[in-house]
Amino acid sequence: MLLLLVQAFNGLQFGVMLFLMAAGLTLVFGIMNVVNLAHGSLYMVGAYVCAETYVATHSFLLAIPAGLLAALATGVIIEIGIFRALYTRDHLDQVLATFGLTLMFNDLVRIIWGSDAIYATVPKFLAGQVVIIPGAPYPAYRLAIIVVGLAVAALLYLIIARTRYGMIIRAGASNRVMAGALGANIVVLYTVVFALGALLAGLAGLMAGPIFTVASGMGDSILILAFVVIVIGGIGSIRGAFIAALAVGFIDTMGRAYLRPLFGLFLPSTAADNAGPAVASMLIYIVMAAVLFFRPQGLFPPRMR
Amino acid sequence: MAANRNRRLIMWLGMAALALVPPVSLALSQPYYVDLFTRILIFSIAALSLDLIISYGGMLSFGHAVYLGVGAYAVGIADAYGIDSGLFQLLVAAAATAAIATFIGLVSLRTSGVHFIMITLAFSQMIYFLSISVNKFGGEDGMTLNQRGQFGSLIPLDNANVLYYFVFAFLALFLWIQSHLVRSRFGMVIRGARTNPRRMAALGFPVFRYQLGAFVISGVMCGVAGALLAEQALFVSPAIMQWSRSGEIMVMVIMGGMGTLFGPILGAVAYLVLEDVLTGLTQYWGFFLGIILVAIILMGRQGIMSLVYGLRWKSSHG
Amino acid sequence: MKAKWLLAAGLLPLFATHASAADKVKIGLITTLSGPEAVMGNPMRDSANLALSMLGGKIGGLPAEIVFGDDQQKPDMGRQQAEKMLKKDKVNFITGMLGSNVLLAVYRQVIGAHTILISANAGPHQLAGKMCSPYFFAMGSQNDEAPEAMGHYLIAHHVDDVYVMAPNYAAGHDMISGFKRTYKGKIAGEVYTTFGQHDYQAEISQIRAAKPKAVFVFYPGGMGIQFVKQYAEFGLKKDIPLYSVYTVDPGTLKAEREAALGNYDASFWGADLDIARSQQYVAAFTKKYHYTPPNYGAVTFDAIFAIDSAVKAVHGDLSNKKGMIAALEKANFPSVRGNFAFNTNHFPIENFYLFTVVKTADGKESLKKRETIFTAHKDAYASECPMTKK
Repeated sequence: MLLLLVQAFNGLQFGVMLFLMAAGLTLVFGIMNVVNLAHGSLYMVGAYVCAETYVATHSFLLAIPAGLLAALATGVIIEIGIFRALYTRDHLDQVLATFGLTLMFNDLVRIIWGSDAIYATVPKFLAGQVVIIPGAPYPAYRLAIIVVGLAVAALLYLIIARTRYGMIIRAGASNRVMAGALGANIVVLYTVVFALGALLAGLAGLMAGPIFTVASGMGDSILILAFVVIVIGGIGSIRGAFIAALAVGFIDTMGRAYLRPLFGLFLPSTAADNAGPAVASMLIYIVMAAVLFFRPQGLFPPRMR
Repeated sequence: MAANRNRRLIMWLGMAALALVPPVSLALSQPYYVDLFTRILIFSIAALSLDLIISYGGMLSFGHAVYLGVGAYAVGIADAYGIDSGLFQLLVAAAATAAIATFIGLVSLRTSGVHFIMITLAFSQMIYFLSISVNKFGGEDGMTLNQRGQFGSLIPLDNANVLYYFVFAFLALFLWIQSHLVRSRFGMVIRGARTNPRRMAALGFPVFRYQLGAFVISGVMCGVAGALLAEQALFVSPAIMQWSRSGEIMVMVIMGGMGTLFGPILGAVAYLVLEDVLTGLTQYWGFFLGIILVAIILMGRQGIMSLVYGLRWKSSHG
Repeated sequence: MKAKWLLAAGLLPLFATHASAADKVKIGLITTLSGPEAVMGNPMRDSANLALSMLGGKIGGLPAEIVFGDDQQKPDMGRQQAEKMLKKDKVNFITGMLGSNVLLAVYRQVIGAHTILISANAGPHQLAGKMCSPYFFAMGSQNDEAPEAMGHYLIAHHVDDVYVMAPNYAAGHDMISGFKRTYKGKIAGEVYTTFGQHDYQAEISQIRAAKPKAVFVFYPGGMGIQFVKQYAEFGLKKDIPLYSVYTVDPGTLKAEREAALGNYDASFWGADLDIARSQQYVAAFTKKYHYTPPNYGAVTFDAIFAIDSAVKAVHGDLSNKKGMIAALEKANFPSVRGNFAFNTNHFPIENFYLFTVVKTADGKESLKKRETIFTAHKDAYASECPMTKK
């Protein structure tokens, strides 16, 4: 039973991480109606710059703003340089241009920082473990990720639900033309929203650095998972992204932990050894297909387009 | 109309040039080019099939490589069970991709736009992970085939030139089918459904069934390409259906020019020749490919087809 | 007609180069040179260049050239490169082969062209057994051998309650079956994870709950970096020691750092081995490229010298393939592994060592040999190879 609780915690941490990626993606998607495959590159840029700064200065307090700033700057540059030309285009152009950006960035980091994976370490003050559940000390760093992630989620909720800018964003998500007609500066709004998304992706990337590998292409796999999240949650909905991210985190974690023993109950052991992990790796895609089959617009589509 | 005539001319010239690849490489005593172009023709078929649904049908499948994989694995698995009839292998590949495409189409076509892109991606990821986990058929390592499919002594596929023309014949056949298909009533309906599905439905066309039909035809064509790839390489592995591979096929279509019939084939030639040259020159070839790709899109997605005959036509936005 | 003459005129220089190709040795090296796994491929390229420059740019006394091909980790790309090398560059030898999947994809084609293929890393069991060939040599090791060594070591040291993990793909299952061939104790848990997975907290929590005496894993490349880091992060390392194969090497260690401190890894080679030839290689490599070479580099270095010995034996007659194969079988070249011989299936007979990660004087982590587990070890598949029976 305790183990189940531990796994729930693991799922929460994974889900929070996914949420940070998905939040920016779903905003950009919902408001500008742009498919952004380069979102994973912003995650990668945040991770690289943070790790490199940390190695150079030994100061995590310097490394965090450096990583965030780099992701933000990269985001603003590609928004102004490339995305502005893509807003009026169809999804195909967007998919291809951002696919091209991903290819470019994956090699660019290798040109700048070399092919070797970068060593990023957990800062000293978060290096140990915290005992929350008896017998299963949890890494302090991951706990910090959960806290930061939940705080960011709350902050985003406040911004969007309570502030004037949030109102404009909401207006933009449900009816772009109307928001513009009512006097919102759409050009600035788009840049701000994109920058916000870049910032969140950079934050996810720099937090991921010390526990995953900082390497070329690190953003690709999490990007696909983030897409799964926003599609399940309903494109453009922060609330949907939050719930779906946690759900995907839980489902994936539980699948990995318990599918193999579950299959072992009714399959011979070698068959279960093969089928367990196979189904576990497909599980969230199966869930996504099922959700879309019954609710093509996702679980929490933003009201009215 | 002039544009149409030009396009046909380029198509004939292009196919004639492709038909000359084996004698020319023989004359140059560079048999390698026959192999390179066999691969290029196979990817041309894949690009052609994708063009049918994205350009004419407006269905942005981002998981098209999955049919390459299913077609190739069908051949590989048939070979593993000792079935060496080439005809049978191709039929199995076509049937398997038809079944999978029907299933994926039934689910995905309920959605549209971004959701469609994502759900096709999700299905391809699912089958990709499945192929990695099934150790009986090689898993991540892939499976080596025992021999090429047998078509009697008339078509010995072990000869590289025979294999080339065998693939060439399939490409010509599919090109012919597609050029008729898009101008047929069926083609009109799926093109109409791209711009305005409601109107087409109001006119009494069962739009969903037409779209599903196009989706399956495209999948089967791509599946045959996958089967040919397996016959050529005598090897199949999950890498054939990585998500980036789906992106590459899409890039070929766009590089060549969407909805131009021969464009995707030109795109496949350009992409793979570029890859062949660039990988020899730099380990950062993805960097250059990425820049080229972004540039093509920003300049208004004018594929090679439009460069060739100097006519600018605005690609229509769905 | 005119076009034909033009073509013919254009051909002349081609024929000229073709004629001179006979007295030049061409070696094709296919490995991963782009993308994340280039970390393993680059040292192979560097070592081949180092070996050639130490030979004065000559192989067996003939001028030589190494042609590099990037497989991008994709088997079909590897096959494309092999085709190019066979038919366009007309190479005399093909080596490299980082991944088993790429090796299996090019195998039939290269062997079928009667070109000598020397794998400088991958050693899938098929090629050691039923699919072995006179034209194929594996310079590294058969994939199962390192886990066999680890299993043997654990049993010898009475560690008899082990949790085992690997990615869910063919090599992962091979590694675990290799481990079980020598390890006869209790298996506390056997888990296969998704290939390319990057978060292992769910699995690590399961390990903690199972309370085994030790954990044995196979996680190559990027997966290894992540697993090792997270294993330490969750604080399991101090209670349950981590034993691995192909998971900690000088390449991945650069990212694993302190997380790998005290871990055990079994291998046939390490940069600190007390073998003169090995030390000579490591010194020359580090001087030229400023990083410690991993086993992928060391084996490639050996492969180039093996080719040199074969060409020497036939006095530069590159058409004498039988002679070259016979020479290679003798393994008459200075190896970084000291005593090195080929078994009847053309796989190595070599030692296996236990390495542990220690901190060196300059504050960096490095692999240090603890003990020799196997001496002159042979793989388990040689008896299935038809060449063995003759």
